[in-house]
Formats: sequence, structure tokens, C-alpha cells
Amino acid sequence: MSMNTQGRPSAIPAGTADAVTGTYTGNRGLQIEEPLIFEQDSAGRCGVDLPDVPKVASRLGAVKPRAKVGLPGLAEPQVVRHYTRLSQKNYAIDSGFYPLGSCTMKHNPRLNEKMARLPGFSDVHPLQPVSTVQGALELMDQLAHWLKTLTGMAAVTLAPAAGAHGEMCGIMAIRSAHEAKGDSGRTKILVPESAHGTNPATAAACGYSVDAIPATADGRVDLEALKAKLGPDVAGLMLTNPNTCGLFERDIITIAEAVHAAGAYFYCDGANFNAIVGRVRPADLGIDVMHINLHKTFSTPHGGGGPGSGPVVFAESLAPFIPVPYVTHGANGFALVENAGGGQAFGRMKAFHGQMGMFVRALAYMLSHGADGLRQASGDAVLNANYVMARLEDVMTASFDGPCMHECLFDDRFLKGTGVTTLDMAKALIDEGFHPMTMYFPLVVHGALLIEPTETESKASLDQFVDALRALAERAKSGDAAYFQAAPRLTPRRRLDETAAARKPVLRWTPPVAAEALAAE
Amino acid sequence: MTVKYTKDHEWVRVEGDVGTVGVTDFAQSQLGDVVFVELPEAGRKLEQGKEAAVVESVKAASDVYAPVSGTVLEANQALVDDPAMVNSAAETDGWFFKLTLSDLSQLDALMDEAAYKAFVEESH
Repeated sequence: MSMNTQGRPSAIPAGTADAVTGTYTGNRGLQIEEPLIFEQDSAGRCGVDLPDVPKVASRLGAVKPRAKVGLPGLAEPQVVRHYTRLSQKNYAIDSGFYPLGSCTMKHNPRLNEKMARLPGFSDVHPLQPVSTVQGALELMDQLAHWLKTLTGMAAVTLAPAAGAHGEMCGIMAIRSAHEAKGDSGRTKILVPESAHGTNPATAAACGYSVDAIPATADGRVDLEALKAKLGPDVAGLMLTNPNTCGLFERDIITIAEAVHAAGAYFYCDGANFNAIVGRVRPADLGIDVMHINLHKTFSTPHGGGGPGSGPVVFAESLAPFIPVPYVTHGANGFALVENAGGGQAFGRMKAFHGQMGMFVRALAYMLSHGADGLRQASGDAVLNANYVMARLEDVMTASFDGPCMHECLFDDRFLKGTGVTTLDMAKALIDEGFHPMTMYFPLVVHGALLIEPTETESKASLDQFVDALRALAERAKSGDAAYFQAAPRLTPRRRLDETAAARKPVLRWTPPVAAEALAAE
Repeated sequence: MTVKYTKDHEWVRVEGDVGTVGVTDFAQSQLGDVVFVELPEAGRKLEQGKEAAVVESVKAASDVYAPVSGTVLEANQALVDDPAMVNSAAETDGWFFKLTLSDLSQLDALMDEAAYKAFVEESH
């Protein structure tokens, strides 16, 4: 498509016969068809008036530039428009409902942001003398206290950078514990099929072989299969609770007892902690170690931008192996323990102390909600998921009998014979103005649609979403498969060719031949 | 020559003590467009039911298990270059690898074509 220097097509794009897309410019209303910034290059144009480069002798010796860097020439308003337009193409929890299952895409209160920007938190350096960062250390200490109280656990490390990093931390503690006992025969980690995909990856990355535990017909861990696999070669079990089917593992105490009786440790993936905060303390279930996604459960989801943070809580059984650094109460205020000092700490997870900004946001969330507010949030999250499930189960097929926890799971049985797939449903949902739910995960059901509304959504917002899904389900059953196969219709790009993207990815923009010839002159 | 099938949707075609292994047409239809395959190297010893290869589609990455134990003779290099053959010719040119069977009696427990068809009908 040829473009003028404003990045607008200079001719009507091919294929505009479609009544929806047939504008002269390729734009859709004020949704601008935005070319790459390199395609808007105008040689010699510059946003600022720079002085000529003075002639100086090169001090690089034999090192010479081989080619021009090739930065595009644009005026400042072009650059501003380019990035503003790109930012408007983002979809985030701040733009609308984001029902991505297993991701806890909840609202990030603005109070969090205000607190995280306080200079005493945002401008500290990890190598400052501890006497100058007492407030930051106190905040870490308070956050640790809340996390230990909510989970009933003995110790916590705040350092891990995100959930999977927390998993790694937990499994390293388990290995350290076995090694401390001189037990080197444990080479296996058991992982149920309903676990998060990162669980088996973590076990494998830590050098263990992974053995999968099948799920029962009601979507939970097969207790008998688990017991049969437990033995002196098993280092631990990694379980997600509530699991990725949105169900509480009701045998969890029996599971913990069986794991401990076999001399193994019990790791819980806490990514779904939002369903049980203030209601269940993981320590009471017999869990030895668990990570918590501050960036899910305690707001600031990935759609809100920013890094993750995956603190790990340890029961007494594994507390001696907790990695450094951590905050303690010293003689002169708060102190940081940076070295194992002859103790059993297995090492450190990060160069420094973790994501300070996330600690501030999580504690601001906790303090502003209060203990009763956190308890209500988990209750509302579960209520919302059950409302969605109850309003959809007559037109879609719920994989397991309810009630569910914080997310509800459907499979594609309701689409059987319609020619419409889970993917088609998701694409049609985009046209209706919703980010799709998680698709094709968990793998234990066919064509999964996993919906996690969180406590953020109002009844009105849930009703609109449910009504859209109901209408789409009815339309699919009415035999209108062509409608779905052509979706999405209203997005900047239509259905993407994912196969071509995976097989022949184009990862780099290359200048047109003419421009290359010009540069060579 | 016999062709046998597993519950994990692999097929093995046996001539003498050499078996050719691939995934079934049903498996490829469930996977969707295949974009990558990882095949075992010649000489690797495979154990029945353990991972032998990986197949990745736009939907998911899945393990392919060895339907029988044995030693890998060769992998299908043409498949590495053109993974789409899994979709277009799952049970012919889209074979994954050949192996020398170490225990021919393992074949007895696998399904024949009719039994596999019935298994797919029943479970999906």
C-alpha cells in the first residue's frame, strides 16, 4: 500500500469492497491505520534543530561504522501521533472487561500508583545505607507480616520477580531440605494435569523429572493415582489450588498428609489465591511452600503494566532454607540480612531485594481494603464467577458441576456439529467489545473457555458480557458458522494467519530497495 | 506388515523388526496447523510410553510417545523442513521416525485399525 508522508494511504486500499472497511483512507472513523514509524521516514527531517557535528579525530582506532544506523526522519508531532495512536490500540483492564482465566485481571486502584510514586519509595537505591531507607524496609516488613498472616506461614521471601520465579524458589528450597537430610534419591516432582503449565516447567528447570497425576471426572486430583506414585523417589508435589478448572481441591488435607507420609514436600501454586484470601490459610491445609502473585491477587495485573512480583511463603518445615535477603528487626531499627552467615539459606533469587514498586502497591491495596475488605474481595470474585456460570450453563457446556471458585470453565461440547470452534467464538467476542477469555486451557477439557471475571466487575458489566456470549452461542447453534469464521470484522486487522506467522515469521522491517540504493550513494 | 495404534494417537507400521512411527490423522485434526516438530536422533534408545518427539501447533505443544521400545534408526528430515506434512499426510509421508523394535510382543497390546477407530468414536 502506498502512503503519503502523513502515513495515510494515497490510494484506496485493495479489497475495500467490504461494506464495513470500505473507506478511502483505510482508517475506520478515528481509528487510524498506522504504518510503522520507519515507513513514515522522510530523509533529513528532524524534530529538533541540532548543531552540525564538529569535525573531530576519531579515537576508535580501526573500529569504523559499517553502515548508517537508519533512524527514520520525522517531525515531533508525527512522533507524538504515532505513539499515541499505538497506545490507543492497547487493550487493558483500564479500557474494559478482561475475563482472562487464571490471570486475575482486576482493577488497579489509583491510590496504589500515588503511593508507589512517593519519592521515598520510588527514588531509593538498593545499595543505599540501611539507615537511609528505614521507611522502605518497614514497608517490606509490614508486607511480609500481612503475607504471613494471610497464609498462616512462618516465613516469607519477597525477592522473586514473578510467579514462575517464585515456583523456582520454592522447588530450590525443597531440594535444599532433602539435601540437608542427606536424601539424594528423590528425583521426581509430581504435577497434576490441572496445574499451571509453569509447574512442570519449573520442576524440569530445577533438574527433576516430572510425573503427571491424572484428573478425575469431576476435575480434581485423582487421589488414588497420586498415592500410587508417591514413594522414596518423590521430592515433592506441585499443586494449584484452586486449580485451573476453577475448582477447590477438596481432598487437599488428605493429599498433604499422603505427601508428607512419603517424606516429600507440598508446593502450592498460589496464582489463584484471589479465590480464598481471608477465608483459607494455606498453612492450615498442610502446604509447605507457596508463591503469591502480588501482581494478580493484590492488584496491578499485567494488563495494568509494570513488572510482576512473586513472594514465596514457607511453613516451619522449609523456613530454615529461605533465601537471602530479608528484613529483620535490628538494634538500630530495621536491618537487611544479606548473607546466609552459616545458616541453611540456599542462596538468593535476585541481585537485590525484589520489586519495591510492587511491594508498595500490594501493601497499599491491603491497607486500604483492610482484612474485612480482602475477605469481601475474594467472596465477590467467587460470586461473580458463579453468576457468570449460572447465567451461561443452559446455552454453553460447563465442564464440571458447580459451584466453582474464582473462574468458571466451559468446553466446546455446545459447539459440536456447528462448525464453530472455541477460537471462532473468541474472535466474535472481540467484535462485541470484549477481550476474550482464556482459550484451550486447561488442557484437561476439550476446547476450553476459561472465564475469570474477578470482583472488579459490576452486575451490569457481567450482564452485558453474558448477554453477548448467550447471543453468540445461539447464533452458532442456528447454523451461522460463516459469521464466526469471518470474525473479527471490526478490529484494525481481521483474522490473522497464525500458521503463516509461526511458520514464516517476519521479525524485522527491511527498507524498500529504492531507499537502500539511496542510502548507498 | 502390521499397523498398530496407541491411546495417545500414535501409529506404528512394522516390517520385520523395523517400525515407522507417526501421529494419526485424528491427532493432527485435533492439533490444528503444525508449525514445528522435534524428532529423536538416530541411536537414541526409546522406552515404550515415554516421550520420543515433540509436535507444536498453533494451539499447543504436545509430546509424542514411543508406541514401542526400541532404538531410533532415522528421523524424517523432510518433516523438520516442512512440518505441515503432519497435517497433509499424517499417516504416510508425515512419519516421525523409524526404530528397531526391542520387544515385538509389545505390539500385541496395541490397537488395530478397527479398535482405534472405535476408541476415537467412543472417547471424542
